[in-house]
Amino acid sequence: MIVVEGVSKTFPNGTVALDHISANIQQGEFLALLGPSGCGKSTLLRLLAGLETPSGGQIKWLSRGVGDVGFVFQDATLMPWMSASENVFLPLRLRGKSRAETKEAVLAALTLVGLAEFADAKPAALSGGMKMRVSIARALVGEPKLLLMDEPFAALDEFTRFKLQADLHEVWRRTGTTIVFVTHSIYEAAYLATRVLVMSPRPGRIAGNVYSPVAEGPERRTAADYTAFVKDLSEILREVMSP
Amino acid sequence: MRPNLERIAPLLFGLLGLGLWQGAVWWLDVPLYVLPGPIAIVAAYASDYGVLNAALLSTLTVTVVALMVSAVLGVALALAMAASNLARAAIQPWAVILQVTPVVAIAPLIIIWVNQPFMALVVCATIVAFFPVLSNTAAGLSATPPELLDLFHLNGATRWQTLILLRLPASLPYFLAGLRISGTLALVGAVVAEFVAGSGGFASGLAYRILEAGYRLEIPRMFAALVLLALAGMAIYGALGLFSRLMLRRRDAA
Repeated sequence: MIVVEGVSKTFPNGTVALDHISANIQQGEFLALLGPSGCGKSTLLRLLAGLETPSGGQIKWLSRGVGDVGFVFQDATLMPWMSASENVFLPLRLRGKSRAETKEAVLAALTLVGLAEFADAKPAALSGGMKMRVSIARALVGEPKLLLMDEPFAALDEFTRFKLQADLHEVWRRTGTTIVFVTHSIYEAAYLATRVLVMSPRPGRIAGNVYSPVAEGPERRTAADYTAFVKDLSEILREVMSP
Repeated sequence: MRPNLERIAPLLFGLLGLGLWQGAVWWLDVPLYVLPGPIAIVAAYASDYGVLNAALLSTLTVTVVALMVSAVLGVALALAMAASNLARAAIQPWAVILQVTPVVAIAPLIIIWVNQPFMALVVCATIVAFFPVLSNTAAGLSATPPELLDLFHLNGATRWQTLILLRLPASLPYFLAGLRISGTLALVGAVVAEFVAGSGGFASGLAYRILEAGYRLEIPRMFAALVLLALAGMAIYGALGLFSRLMLRRRDAA
């Protein structure tokens, strides 16, 4: 669906964030970008979104239009003066859609993240996890071809994170959206993704490309193949981090 | 018990101060024209409240009009500065120059140029008052969360949509904080302008009453006018604080 060809990114201050990255993103996969801080994984995500332009190489889309990319940031970044449904409606509103014609789509997106009955609540009345759910609904509402997520659960407590990870995985299974998910947690990558790209720091390079052996099912987090996958990823990261 | 005590503490402290002041005036037999006691000041107000209240109203009118002009002007200039770097470069130094020039120094000129007295006072008070609204709103407009700007960009938002749906509402708390500072400055500006204009003899505000009482050595009346000014300043500050809280609560409450 997307082909990344020898992409480099050097910032004006001289920092080389990415060095000749090549990868492809396949339709319908859940791809995790796993790496330590400073490996340029967030930069790669911003390049995929088109929020930054590469210094070298190119990113080829099969086709790309406005609204094809949904983005979920590390913080929920909702508008505090808008209700949950207005926040979810926002991307459609910016693309010139009316409230009436998108009412069902907004409600469907909120239902997908389990917040249908909080449609009229303002962010101040929602917990951290609920705000993140609204943020995910906002990213999903236009049925984007690609959902980009930049460490969305890093600021949440462990229990909320577990629940949101399980629910996100379910959302992905139900919608079939292609997801690229940036994380620095091995466990998160192993639990969520169908494929993990392990990245090395300074400058960012791809150090490993591993397909998940973990079978779908409710026992995912405790299954033996999950534990084995965590071990594999840990070993790649240990090699990456050793000087 | 304790919170109540804390609430009335300033009042008790004030009463204690007033009591000591009155006691000292009686005890030391201070003449009225040097320092009147609180009782003499209240008596002066009671015997002349018609004129003093009219003067207060006149000063407050100038203050409120100047504050409204400041709000509109400050927001308009801040928007221009946010819209283009050229406008920012052009406006910023002049705003600072107007802010740092003492209004006492330019008030006589303005009173000559603007020959309608009320307008002249409003212009002076506005010059003193508009800067906090301008600088705070400008800061608010450029402090929009970058993630939200990215989100707007990703969805193909126009500059106009970004301004109306994001930048303006996001800068509201900054604007309100600036407005609160401008409110008290507008009063200061109005009084300073009245002082300058008052000696020209066409004003009727509190500053003019203070000058007049000074010339006539009616010191208790002068103090009464001063007290009214202080109360007006506190009322403006309090009212704008309340306004700001109500606006933000209305905006963000569920």
